[in-house]
Amino acid sequence: MTAKGFLTDTTVCIGCKACEVACKQWNQLPDDGFVFTGTSYDNTGDLGASTWRHVAFIERPGKHPTDGFADLSWFEGDEAPGAKPAFGPDPTGDFSWLMMSDVCKHCVHAGCLDVCPTGSIIRTEFESVYVQPDICNGCGMCVAACPFGVIDRREDDGRAWKCTLCYDRLKGGMEPACAKACPTDSIVFGDVDELRQIAEQRVATLHERGVEEAYLYGESAESQPGTGGLNAFFLLVDDPEYYNLPPDPVDPTVTVGDSWRAAAATGLAMVAAVVGVFVSIGKAGR
Amino acid sequence: MPGLGTSFGRGGATTFQQDLANSDCIVIEGSNMAECHPVGFQWVMEAKRRGATLIHVDPRFTRTSAVADIWVPLRAGTDIAFLGGLVNYVIENDRYFHDYVVNYTNANAIIREGFEDTEDLDGLFSGWEPDKGQYDPETWQYEGTEVAPSAGQKEMSAGAAEAARGEDVTHRQTDDSLQHERCVFQLLKRHYSRYTPEAVAEICGIDEELFLRVADELTTNSGPERTAAFCYAVGWTQHTVGVQYIRTASILQLLLGNMGRPGGGIMALRGHASIQGSTDIPTLYNLLPGYLPVPHADHDTSLDEYVAYNETATGYWSSMDAYLVSLLKAYFGDAARPDNDFCYDHLPRMSGDHSHMTTVTAMEDGLVEGYFIMGENPVVGSMHGALHRKAARNLRWCVVRDFAPTESAEFWRTGPEFDRGEVDPADCDTEVFFFPCAAHTEKDGAFTNTQRLLQWHEKAVEPPGDARSELWFMFHLGNRLKELYADSNDPKDRPIQDLAWDYPTDGAHDEPVAEEVLAEISGWKLNEDGEREYLSSYTELEADGSTVAGCWIYTGAYAEGRNLPARRTPWWEQNWIAPEWAWAWPDNRRILYNRASAAPDGTPWSERKKYVWWNPDDEEWSSLGDSVDFVPGRPPDYHPEEGATGTDAIAGNSPFIMQADGKGWLFVPTGLLDGPLPTHYEPQESVTENLLYGQQCNPARIEWNRASNPYHRAFDDERFPHVLTTYRLTEHHTAGGMSRWVAWLSELMPELFCEISPQLADEVGVRNGEWVTIRTARGEIECRALVTERMRPVRVGRKRNRRWVHQVGLPYHWSYLGLVTGDTVNELIGFVADPNVSIQESKALTCAVERGKRSRGRRVVTSGPLVIDEERDA
Repeated sequence: MTAKGFLTDTTVCIGCKACEVACKQWNQLPDDGFVFTGTSYDNTGDLGASTWRHVAFIERPGKHPTDGFADLSWFEGDEAPGAKPAFGPDPTGDFSWLMMSDVCKHCVHAGCLDVCPTGSIIRTEFESVYVQPDICNGCGMCVAACPFGVIDRREDDGRAWKCTLCYDRLKGGMEPACAKACPTDSIVFGDVDELRQIAEQRVATLHERGVEEAYLYGESAESQPGTGGLNAFFLLVDDPEYYNLPPDPVDPTVTVGDSWRAAAATGLAMVAAVVGVFVSIGKAGR
Repeated sequence: MPGLGTSFGRGGATTFQQDLANSDCIVIEGSNMAECHPVGFQWVMEAKRRGATLIHVDPRFTRTSAVADIWVPLRAGTDIAFLGGLVNYVIENDRYFHDYVVNYTNANAIIREGFEDTEDLDGLFSGWEPDKGQYDPETWQYEGTEVAPSAGQKEMSAGAAEAARGEDVTHRQTDDSLQHERCVFQLLKRHYSRYTPEAVAEICGIDEELFLRVADELTTNSGPERTAAFCYAVGWTQHTVGVQYIRTASILQLLLGNMGRPGGGIMALRGHASIQGSTDIPTLYNLLPGYLPVPHADHDTSLDEYVAYNETATGYWSSMDAYLVSLLKAYFGDAARPDNDFCYDHLPRMSGDHSHMTTVTAMEDGLVEGYFIMGENPVVGSMHGALHRKAARNLRWCVVRDFAPTESAEFWRTGPEFDRGEVDPADCDTEVFFFPCAAHTEKDGAFTNTQRLLQWHEKAVEPPGDARSELWFMFHLGNRLKELYADSNDPKDRPIQDLAWDYPTDGAHDEPVAEEVLAEISGWKLNEDGEREYLSSYTELEADGSTVAGCWIYTGAYAEGRNLPARRTPWWEQNWIAPEWAWAWPDNRRILYNRASAAPDGTPWSERKKYVWWNPDDEEWSSLGDSVDFVPGRPPDYHPEEGATGTDAIAGNSPFIMQADGKGWLFVPTGLLDGPLPTHYEPQESVTENLLYGQQCNPARIEWNRASNPYHRAFDDERFPHVLTTYRLTEHHTAGGMSRWVAWLSELMPELFCEISPQLADEVGVRNGEWVTIRTARGEIECRALVTERMRPVRVGRKRNRRWVHQVGLPYHWSYLGLVTGDTVNELIGFVADPNVSIQESKALTCAVERGKRSRGRRVVTSGPLVIDEERDA
């Protein structure tokens, strides 16, 4: 079967969080607690065991208010007629409020799946990465292995949880709850091949209209070798770090070969050194 | 809805949200559409995908501004100055759609000689009666005739009722050259001549360049080939001059020729699932279903008098008698007969203002015994919650129907006045009845959405326990009342005895069949065999008692006995207008006044914006698929004969068929209590004087002057230096009754906060996430500060005297109960209202902000006046 996944086009996201709520309702996830974070309109923080879709809000540019009091030099004595206010969101367009609905990327090379010792995490017939809760023993290896910090253990039952790409809905011929709920089609579900075409077209249109910053994140193995590409990829307009995404994510098991080779080389070098020491001691002893 | 009603003829959104995708420029003002209407906003995003320009005018940078091409951060409460500036720009730069304006609006009408403008009287129109505090609109009328409005204050111009007004509308004097000094166009030009870009900048606190950029985008995207749309919501209505905000946009859209055309119009966005429905079939004291006025006690003394006072001789409102008689037949069935005026005397009579705030103050005075609260949580959602609580404690009984006991059910023991020990729950004698209610998934029925679309929903599950639908409650309450009064001989009990209340029921709980109610609303007549023949249009209604219709504008929703609101033909099986999806009033029409999409000669203005056109071969109007909003078969070159009445008086080039003269009203000669043209007035509580006129506020606004409802000085009161504006968030539902009890929503916005700029935060000395105290003359609350560059100060005042003014944003969803709690924002807001619709001013007032948790929970209603200066000095 062809790979299924998401295209999340952040340029049409309106931050309504319908995806977050639809996900929680369909999957009957618990709340994250009622905590006012003061981080723009984001009060659920990040993806985790009980939040499988998460909408990030990025106000930029400008100093984050929590960094301390804002620079007010413009504010005093700037009463000259015609003087331009040099503060805050510039209505002519130099301020933006980015919104992005984050989700498990269902990586082609998935760290969580590769390290899972129980075989709980599997690749499904939709090429999605799925945690079988009845097999997971809560060892937590996957948590450390995810380069995006997506998968997480739930404190009360200890097992690892994350987006299932609504495996149960797909089996029933329905699209995932988040994509279904998204009013602006910021989240598009479909065959990854088709999504890639749609996304490339959209980027071209945006470039034509002057949004030259628009680019795709993780749409292919070429652009993101560390993960072999993402089945849930993104259209972004700023550096990945702005969206709390790593610029160069790597499935740790991709480098396992290198690690073993490096370890072997180190070992050999150690042996050589020890041998060398004895050799030189022997020489000196004579 | 008199803003749209007086301008165009009907009090509803003139277009539908799907049509916004055809727009070349969308101005969202007085609305945060992305946050409050995220589902409908998909069509705005679709327009953007197609290349449209999106403009958001709002004091705050919101999720709507985030996707807009232009954001205009104006000072809250100055929209008429901004829009008036656009009107002035359009006229001064000759950017109006000349042929549209001359033919389809009342620009050419000549107004009576005695009319004096706000330019002459420093902010007042002629006819102001200071002792009465209201206008006599006699001088605002057309020269040569007197017309009645199709909405608003119909009784306002009622002189003698001997003849239907507007009988001689064909005698209206006009000047097609638009040069006559008393013609509407010239009056309009003069009225807005001082609303220059410079004045807009000074009043609204924005840059001239930004204003000019908006003006350019809007006018460039209007004309035969292109159309622009406006979207608004309660950011416009909740002001002391709110109706006139909408009027200004109406004037602008008429001048630009954007009404009745695809991608154009004015989209009125409603705050709830069925707020449009609850004005169509109203929960208002002064309207009957279908915008028929409630009879006045003093002059609507008989059916004939009522009709004479309220109907207009020309246009479709000339059939008012048919609409009312059909309604009376629905109310009283066989008891309604010609010989008893169809039970007209059973209708309650209005003796004065019985609007919401007036009723609550009457409650405070002990003049109201009982109160039903259904589908509402007024202690949180309405203004001045502490006054509501005090008023409710003076009731004998109160009925609350909701999902959970809300603050409005717990007024007798929950609120700061109890924590302060000012009120003892033991002293409250009000008997409160709480009824759990069914959710929309637990009952059948229809919602009328923001675009006049009736959409049917089916019951998915039975309501749990004692929970029941509103329909069940009202039906069985009605039956018990009928039983109670069955044997009475008292004439005052006749309306209950005569009430036709025979709906079939089913299920274990005797639930009335909702579809049967829809059938009655839509209407029928009986054929020779005594069987029902369902009506398909309001044009079939008769005044002789042969037709039954519970709401004439909904007639046709149950045509041929089919539940049309339940239609769900998908979009891929029909064209984009989707007439087979549900049913819209009137006559399943999606774009109103759509005859205006064709030129006076009946040809489309352009191929690109083709929608309705005249077909000379068939001698009929055709359309892309919508129902044509015009007299069937009326050729474009038709001219009414002198003295024509009814629909015969509608000329072939008059698209606004509900209006007495068939024209869009740039100037409203009658129907509004605060003037024929919108004028910039400052809010009741403002940070500045009115820079345009000596008249500071809307002179006709309604005040409630009492100890429990103080206002502070009109402007420049240093105790309250900042502008306060309130709003909603996507994550919560209005007063919170449907969201503060839901964990998945509450976690997204868990706590009350205010949004302030880094500059104000610095002035106050508070960091992001810390606590602040916010005060007005009515009370004080505490909340977290969300310090954000999305809020910005504005520079207000005349050039040499401009100063920075801070704006504070406060979402109002929280209160004392539920999973997440917080202070109640609306307790800061007083009772003061627009004169036309009695809507409060919650979008622009003034406040003080202090760092830290300094509230003592004082409310002026129970704690006495809050004197802030003394405290600071102490």
